[in-house]
Amino acid sequence: MEAISHAGTCLGILATDGILLAAERRNTNKLLDEVFSSEKIYKLNEDMVCSVAGITSDANVLTNELRLIGQRYLIQYGESIPCEQLVSWLCDVKQAYTQYGGKRPFGVSILYMGWDKHYGYQLYQSDPSGNYSGWKATCIGNNSAAAVSSLKQEYKEGEMTLKDAEALAIKVLSKTLDMTKLTSEKVEMATLTRNENKTDTHILSSKEVEALIADFEKSEAAAEALKKEQKTKS
Amino acid sequence: MECLLGMKCKNFVIVAADMTKAHSIMVMKTDENKLHKLSNKIVMAISGEQGDTTQFAEYIAKNIQLYKMRNGYELGPKAAASFTRRNLAEALRSRNAYHVNMLLAGYDDQEGPHLFFVDYLASLADVKFSSHGYGGYFSLSIMDRYYSEDLTPDQAYDVMKKCVREVHQRLIINLPNFKVQIIDKDGIRDLPCITAQGLAKE
Repeated sequence: MEAISHAGTCLGILATDGILLAAERRNTNKLLDEVFSSEKIYKLNEDMVCSVAGITSDANVLTNELRLIGQRYLIQYGESIPCEQLVSWLCDVKQAYTQYGGKRPFGVSILYMGWDKHYGYQLYQSDPSGNYSGWKATCIGNNSAAAVSSLKQEYKEGEMTLKDAEALAIKVLSKTLDMTKLTSEKVEMATLTRNENKTDTHILSSKEVEALIADFEKSEAAAEALKKEQKTKS
Repeated sequence: MECLLGMKCKNFVIVAADMTKAHSIMVMKTDENKLHKLSNKIVMAISGEQGDTTQFAEYIAKNIQLYKMRNGYELGPKAAASFTRRNLAEALRSRNAYHVNMLLAGYDDQEGPHLFFVDYLASLADVKFSSHGYGGYFSLSIMDRYYSEDLTPDQAYDVMKKCVREVHQRLIINLPNFKVQIIDKDGIRDLPCITAQGLAKE
């Protein structure tokens, strides 16, 4: 639990026409070879994507387990695993490590986004103890409490489009991360939408993230200017 | 020896199964039910080795019920068919294979009716109409001649009757009674059994 509160921030927002995950990238170094396009957003199966906060090596083991669970279901029933079942199965594994002796628990919290035919778009969070819960917008990792409270203020239920959600994600991240300026290499973002009876998962390129950040800065500057104007008037 | 028939139309699926239970050369009973209810909207028509049929049908049915209890929603016809096939395929490669043939008929609230053909070698096919057993040799051509997606339940029942009549006339084996069920958006419904006596009266 302690490790997670120091880990890079991850947040997820549910919109009416899709869902998104955004994560803070910590290991940025220009000498680091860019073998992986994303550091901590993983595709689990056709209909699900997750992002992790905590000990990365533990997270790799768990995402591997998640993919196995998903494929086992697929081979048995011939269709993608419903979101909650996948989360629930993994949490059974996590719980076992808190109960049986000799091993330490996985130091990982996970955000899952997905779609299934029973409940549509869904966002789940799970922690090392094996508890899980469904959310409309939530955050894990460093400074997550502050992020959740600002999400609570800004989240408009039932009227957020994916575009609004993207803007909100950048806004909340910029408040949460202790950085003066957001850059595209510090943020990764993935979206999940349904098109023609298929789930589209898309990890945003650094260009797309840059555009979002630029939009955010523009609107922030405009708000600032408005404030100044009002001050001078009064 | 046994005979299963199935037909899928636009808004429903109809299945019929003979009701004869034979042991060696002797007919033991003619009111056996070979249609098993798997869930509210899925029926399994099953034939094959005596004992295997009941054992396998119950095993699948109970597992589908267990799924419903665990997750709060039912397995769709497609998933149920995949699950059935998988279990059969795994048993096939063990020392205790099930020798069973099935027709799986179900209604999916989103996708509409489904009919699946499954045989003892665990092949699975999504079909419009199909049959199992010697009776199938005669009835398949009749279903082929009279099939249309737009049949009403009554018309489909009449096609089933035509098939059964042919089985009575041409097949050397005595299969007097057929149990018929229809599955649509409202669930499973029993239709009157097609019997030799009933057909003789018409």
